[in-house]
Amino acid sequence: MKVRIKFAKYGALRFIGHLDVMRFFQKAIRRAEIDVAYSEGFSPHQIMSFAAPLGVGLCSFGEYLDVEIRSHQGSEDMLKRLQSVCVEGIEVLSVKALPQKAGNAMASVAAASYQVAYKNPEKSFRGYEEKLAEFFARSEIMITKETKRSTMQVNIRPGIYELFIDEEGAIVMKVDASSAGNIKPSFVTDAFFAYAGIKTEPFELQTTRLETYLNAGTAEEPVFEPLDWIGEEF
Amino acid sequence: MKLPGHASKLALSDEILMTIEKPARYIGSEVNAVIKDKEKVDVRFAMCFPDVYEIGMSHLGIQILYDMFNRMEDVWCERVYSPWVDLDKIMREKNIPLFALESQDPIKDFDFLGITIQYEMCYTNILQILDLAQIPLKALERGEEDPIVIGGGPCTYNPEPIAEFFDIFYIGEGETRYRQLLDVYKENKKNGGGREEFLYQAAQIPGMYVPRFYDVSYKEDGTIASFTPNRENIPASILKEIVMDFTDVPYPLKPVVPYIKATQDRVVLEIQRGCIRGCRFCQAGQLYRPVRERDVETLKKYAVEMLKNTGYEEISLSSLSSSDYSALEELVNFLIDTCKEKTVNISLPSLRIDAFSLDVMSKVQDVKKSSLTFAPEAGSQRLRDVINKGLTEEAILKGSAMAFEGGWSRVKLYFMLGLPTETEEDIRGIAELSNKIAATYFEVVPKEKRTNPVQIVASTSFFIPKPFTPFQWAKMCTKEEFIEKAHQTKRAVLEQLNKKRIKYNWHEADVSVMEGVFARGDRKLADVILKAYKKGCIYDAWGEYFKNDVWMETFEECNVDPAFYTTRERSLDEIFPWDFLDCGVNKEFLKREWQRALDEKVTPNCRMQCQGCGAARFGGGVCFEERSGHESTN
Repeated sequence: MKVRIKFAKYGALRFIGHLDVMRFFQKAIRRAEIDVAYSEGFSPHQIMSFAAPLGVGLCSFGEYLDVEIRSHQGSEDMLKRLQSVCVEGIEVLSVKALPQKAGNAMASVAAASYQVAYKNPEKSFRGYEEKLAEFFARSEIMITKETKRSTMQVNIRPGIYELFIDEEGAIVMKVDASSAGNIKPSFVTDAFFAYAGIKTEPFELQTTRLETYLNAGTAEEPVFEPLDWIGEEF
Repeated sequence: MKLPGHASKLALSDEILMTIEKPARYIGSEVNAVIKDKEKVDVRFAMCFPDVYEIGMSHLGIQILYDMFNRMEDVWCERVYSPWVDLDKIMREKNIPLFALESQDPIKDFDFLGITIQYEMCYTNILQILDLAQIPLKALERGEEDPIVIGGGPCTYNPEPIAEFFDIFYIGEGETRYRQLLDVYKENKKNGGGREEFLYQAAQIPGMYVPRFYDVSYKEDGTIASFTPNRENIPASILKEIVMDFTDVPYPLKPVVPYIKATQDRVVLEIQRGCIRGCRFCQAGQLYRPVRERDVETLKKYAVEMLKNTGYEEISLSSLSSSDYSALEELVNFLIDTCKEKTVNISLPSLRIDAFSLDVMSKVQDVKKSSLTFAPEAGSQRLRDVINKGLTEEAILKGSAMAFEGGWSRVKLYFMLGLPTETEEDIRGIAELSNKIAATYFEVVPKEKRTNPVQIVASTSFFIPKPFTPFQWAKMCTKEEFIEKAHQTKRAVLEQLNKKRIKYNWHEADVSVMEGVFARGDRKLADVILKAYKKGCIYDAWGEYFKNDVWMETFEECNVDPAFYTTRERSLDEIFPWDFLDCGVNKEFLKREWQRALDEKVTPNCRMQCQGCGAARFGGGVCFEERSGHESTN
């Protein structure tokens, strides 16, 4: 049986890289004594798939990984076990069983939402609500994407699904996070800051991934649901 | 929405953490890290390994002491490692004091800074730690507010080159005397006593060496004339501390598990301390006498518990010579059964190659991908007798043949160059032995089964005489001699029939010379170390940062001749800088062994026949085992 684990990552553990998070979970699953499935061969490894790698420095409250398990005593038991072996900064939020046909976590990712806030609680984006709405109302938002060989102009507007300022005065966005069209939150904020003439200092902002979504609709008419929407408690 | 946890208490700003390599080295918060309320403890102890996090986190000794201290209710022990060069630069520029990982508090506010000294080439890193911590480098310049700086580990068996930088050295195994030391510290503080009073009392606790209470005078030739206490009640000789109840002494069952991959990324089970072998070049073999084994039932319990507490995918046995552990077979079979069920890998270093170990290895590793390791240390039987390395050519060839039949095809060989009495013939022996092993492969493996071509990797390091070994009197080679010996080895390899199957590697000679200077150095070296550090020498153990020219220039400026410590012949009656220390093995025994080496005579190991080295005075271990009278084969 395949289960999808949702977790948060914050605080000091923002500075742990993606590979280290994978290693953390491999060990956490052992500490929790979960009957996880292993690959065959001389160096068996846990059958594990992460949804979308999170950059170093970012917080998240919507991270996911899938693991294959051989036996269990229900989702509540598994959640408790995992929570008891975690550390301050990585918190398991839920565990759900996936239906047979569900795609793996990484392939399922269609979108993600982010909050971009000033670290200094005195500062916020309040007052920029209209400017942001105006920016979002455009049909084209061109950014320069630099690859190893070339730089190219890309229109990211079609990949931005929501963009507003929340009650805390932080910018919130829902954007394409699929492997083909992933939009980094900084693409959006950089373009907006240039548009609105906002100057920020390096490292002044904290980006937090709020949720990772799958597409429960069609390519033409997407319906974004949290990645574990497809799963069920067991 | 309001999100929790953006702000966490870290000593380094986000800006710094986002611009340096591997920020996870500095944030603490690892699994099993111990957090206490600093208001509720009496003693704050910072435990330091003066090298980068991934190296320091791999060290068993720190995990043992960290666990021991944190079992004490009145103590909070935290960890600190050398900031890597990128952060080092930033901390100096921004005047950020070095901090402990757990609380992220400055080290200078702690009661103790404990530094484990595992290799000579970390000496400048010790100064880096003190400097970044904003603690005066010299012990005599420290004030009441500064932490007590205490050193431990193998290099403290000749602490003299760095004696000026330490308030105390703890000689021997850490498990025995720290409680007493901390009680004295607390009592002294309560009574309003100062630093000097505490150190004076500490110097009277067994195993504690407080350098300031000893004076050294030198003869005209630079050797030591006298080494004497300068205060009343200070012992003239300090006997090492040792754990005799090795099974019941606390062991870290919940070691701290790093996020980033450490060098030792596995559960480490210490099965025994000490070694029965008595190889004459080996310092550990003398320092940790007598051999003490940990009970096998205890080890089985620990293995299961530690795997559960850490989630590690691998377990490794730690000892100087695992094959000599009397219940090895039982332990390994237990681990194989347990680990198979838990899909844990087993790594078995320091195993003698024989039918048993090959059988075990074929069960726990992929034969095709792994290699076989022998450490003959010398190329000829004559020289192996000189160094008392019991391994014979016959045993190596027999082991190799069995291994080749079992499917292995890669062999690693470790040798030393520059051993006492070495001749060109001994050096040629390295190439010839490598060749014979390759030839064995072609003898025992039929043509149709030679899917993986045989590969022999022979590596040589340069021999460095160490204190408390029979070779402490020996002359070390010069850099030029070392390099010539490496070239001779290379030429000899190229003359072999199977030369294409043999790969030869050798170590840097410059670092070996430096290590040789520090290993048998005296207090006169402190100036050199300090000056080299001030000129920017740190991370000397890391080839890319070792600045030989700066060191050599500094020796000259300080008017210190490195050759005095390395290539000089020493007479049997010379007073060595470390002679006031007593590791349990007496000097008469070492002299006997030095003479037997020159006579090319092998000495039986502790289980075969007691040699009266002196370690029996500790009242336990192998010294009091019933001897079977005959020895198993090597």
